[in-house]
Amino acid sequence: MDVMPKWAEVILVPLISLLLAAVLSALVILAIGENPWDALKLMVDGALGSTYGWGYTLYYATNFIFTGLAVAIAFHARMFNIGGEGQAVLGGLGVALVCLYIPFPHWSLALITASVGAALFGAAWAFIPAILQAKRGSHIVITTIMFNFIAAALLNYLLVGALKPAGSMEPATGKFPETTHLPSFQDMFSFGEATLFRGAPANISFFVAIAACIALWALIWRTRLGYEIRAYGHSESAAKYAGISPTKIIVVSLLISGGLAGMMAINNVQGEAERLVLNAVEGAGFIGIAVALMGRSHPLGVFLAAILFGFLYQGGAELALWTSIPRELIVVIQALVILFTGALDNMVRMPLERFFLSRRKPPKPDAKSTPAVGTN
Amino acid sequence: MDLLTLLQLLDSTLRLATPLLLACLAGLFSERAGIFDIGLEGKMLAAAFLSAAIAAVTGSVWLGLLAGIFASLLLSAIHGLASITFRGNQLISGVAINFLAAGLTVVIAQSWFAEGGRTPQLAGAARFNPITLPGAEALRDVPVLGPIYYELISGHTIIVYLALLIVPITAWVLFSTRFGLRLRAVGENPAAVDTAGISVVGLRFAAVAICGVLCGIAGAYLATALQAGFTKDMSAGRGYIALAALIFAKWRPVYCLWACLLFGFLQAIALRSDLIERVLQFNIQSQLLDALPYILTVVILAGFVGKAIPPRAGGEPYVKER
Repeated sequence: MDVMPKWAEVILVPLISLLLAAVLSALVILAIGENPWDALKLMVDGALGSTYGWGYTLYYATNFIFTGLAVAIAFHARMFNIGGEGQAVLGGLGVALVCLYIPFPHWSLALITASVGAALFGAAWAFIPAILQAKRGSHIVITTIMFNFIAAALLNYLLVGALKPAGSMEPATGKFPETTHLPSFQDMFSFGEATLFRGAPANISFFVAIAACIALWALIWRTRLGYEIRAYGHSESAAKYAGISPTKIIVVSLLISGGLAGMMAINNVQGEAERLVLNAVEGAGFIGIAVALMGRSHPLGVFLAAILFGFLYQGGAELALWTSIPRELIVVIQALVILFTGALDNMVRMPLERFFLSRRKPPKPDAKSTPAVGTN
Repeated sequence: MDLLTLLQLLDSTLRLATPLLLACLAGLFSERAGIFDIGLEGKMLAAAFLSAAIAAVTGSVWLGLLAGIFASLLLSAIHGLASITFRGNQLISGVAINFLAAGLTVVIAQSWFAEGGRTPQLAGAARFNPITLPGAEALRDVPVLGPIYYELISGHTIIVYLALLIVPITAWVLFSTRFGLRLRAVGENPAAVDTAGISVVGLRFAAVAICGVLCGIAGAYLATALQAGFTKDMSAGRGYIALAALIFAKWRPVYCLWACLLFGFLQAIALRSDLIERVLQFNIQSQLLDALPYILTVVILAGFVGKAIPPRAGGEPYVKER
């Protein structure tokens, strides 16, 4: 039985969790001798005060939409894909191979092919943990963590070896050819005299990310497969009884998950760096966990949470630039968000449920049906 | 490869296996009581930082060790609160703890010491120093046994010997005491324990606290014995390898020792790529060697060691009434 009204479930609980995380973050800032209010103003100013700031905020948000959706779809199947980081690394490899070795006449073809390449490589990296979970019962959390480390080592190996251009000292691929460069927001939204988003890395893949949100929403709530994934997530035994194959659901949902995480690479590798460097993912795969938890695994929620984290990321970079607060503060905030929206969810929920229960109107005394209040 | 090189390799195996072993036994207590803990990594990291910081400030490694245990216990308390009291998702709580430690250690280190997120170098009494066991010098020249005693067995820090000692203690506590029986029962069937009138919550908190203490020692060892000071992300995935070792060991204390020695050995040979080249006659890139423990873990998890059955109630919060 639903104790809370829907709006409280969807808006109030995440909001209170977020507030708790914000208060604790403010205390951390206070403890290291800075003013939290000034810090917040600096963050808002740096991340949202100009089209340049927005350009960075939306660039980061694009990464987090992809990784957040990746974690969310796995959550629907009650799988915890902690390997978004490694899958995004492999996605970057897919993008780099496509962009370096296929000659493209136009960026639009490059974008489509690179998206497919990124998704395929990301999905492939999720496939082995998925099949091990489905067939051998190896815990997905442990195997995907291991695959993160293996992906990092693999990329390192390739970038100091096969993919490095001759004569270069840096562990990175060569620059991608001109025709694969994606139009940035500056190219797209500057008309005549006014140059907007000058120098900011946000690019067309932001719209690919929005399309991915819509596609995932349709998949989860408007298709048979989505229904099966949700059914499996709610009750494995009931799903089995209904003839849904657990192996299929685990593998398919994790392939989608890995593919989405991999697709992040069209933003950070093809859109921004325009070459593959070490540590291009920068922890975005892990932020996806916080984003999916805060967004309640709903594509719209993921989108909003990703924008929020984009703001935090860009604002955090500004903080590191202008104050003595290191960038790692963002990791702390991210941890607090995961803690409060994920693990300590009941701490917020239990008192709220009690509050809403106490405000329920008592059932009419002449009602024949047994009152439903207080039993669940 | 001569005897001395082999002994050096085994010697560094033992040193590298120690933090893994402590973290692995920490995870053993927690998981045997039904609380999954992927936050071992974060607890080690937090302990490494605070132990190094306090050791640097006070000059006493023992105070550092206590501080490290305290930091780890604090994170354990959060994990207990989230997963026992509020019945949250234990995996998510563990992830949060790992990030909390990764972020806070650097933020605090930067504002405390302003050395780019590290602590000052430790020396002298601020570190655990190697102990030469009695007679090691005298027996050094005895053929075969002398070098083994001198190079391999003697000359470690006290934590190494402590970790080895904790293995039989853990086995005894878990399998020969009433507390251990109840602890294992609470990880298999908490309802039965509850029916017997024993507090499930209390037992699980006790297990999580023991886990915190052991992780604290492991973290302090990293920063004050294995290395001389804290550096950013210095736990470097050891918490995860310890988890893998725990599964490899099928949640049994003595097997944990062998599993951790194996992973320690892999880390030790990854550090000696010159040796591999000499023995195998060809060069293996160090990146592949770095990945070896993780690849091996996946292979092991894939079921080449027989079925590893986790504690039955692991990962599930206990609800007294429905």
